[in-house]
Amino acid sequence: MTAVSQERPRSLVSGPGMLLVWFYGVMVVGALSRSVYEIATKFDRAPLAYALSALAGLVYAFITYSLVRGGERARRAALVCCAAELAGVLVVGTWTLLDPSAFPDSTVWSDYGMGYVFIPVLLPLSALHWLRRSAAADAGQG
Amino acid sequence: MLDALTVVTAVTALLLAAWCGWAAYRDQPTKDWHFIGMAVVSLLAAVQLVIGVVQLARGEEPEQGTAIFVAYLLGAAACVPAAGFMSLAERSRWGSVTAAAGGVVLAVLEVRLYDIWGG
Repeated sequence: MTAVSQERPRSLVSGPGMLLVWFYGVMVVGALSRSVYEIATKFDRAPLAYALSALAGLVYAFITYSLVRGGERARRAALVCCAAELAGVLVVGTWTLLDPSAFPDSTVWSDYGMGYVFIPVLLPLSALHWLRRSAAADAGQG
Repeated sequence: MLDALTVVTAVTALLLAAWCGWAAYRDQPTKDWHFIGMAVVSLLAAVQLVIGVVQLARGEEPEQGTAIFVAYLLGAAACVPAAGFMSLAERSRWGSVTAAAGGVVLAVLEVRLYDIWGG
């Protein structure tokens, strides 16, 4: 714990941030490649589900980019997107449970991301925590 | 052949994850030996990629489709090297956690590969 907080440049990928970037990167590859494949081969089967997966992939890509880029504006943008991501997971997760007929095939965010070991719901929570903590540390150092 | 390699890769990936997780628990960054371990696991995944492509060239069909199979093979081959470079850039316990996460993700990919091939 001591080593992490000693030096804090503007980068958001130091310490736990690196782990976040790894998981976001994995989700970008997972969600985007999956939705590209599904949209290219069988879009008519479940257009809503596949479009939502593609949207999830784009949100993940933007957050990953913001984390790597660093700086205050990127941090704020990532904060907003993580909140949107969390809302997306909760809304889509609830939606898939209440109205399964709207989703003939699953999305990344189905059942709160159960197909991805609930990473989709855990990731924005940890990212929000991390981004807020980085802000507090920056403010503390002046 | 491919199934056996899938199982071996998954198990070594989990061992790598446990080893790097242990380093993280002891508040240490990844060291040379960890990187050698990552190289071994990466090599297994690369061999798997080659064998998988050879099987396809021989005309064998994965149960869930060729495109998905190749995508997962590529992902599996890139997984641990990517995590390794990230842990190289983060010289703290969090680099070790990242490498451990890379091993876990690879193990999950191997389970999926097993299903996709139809073992």
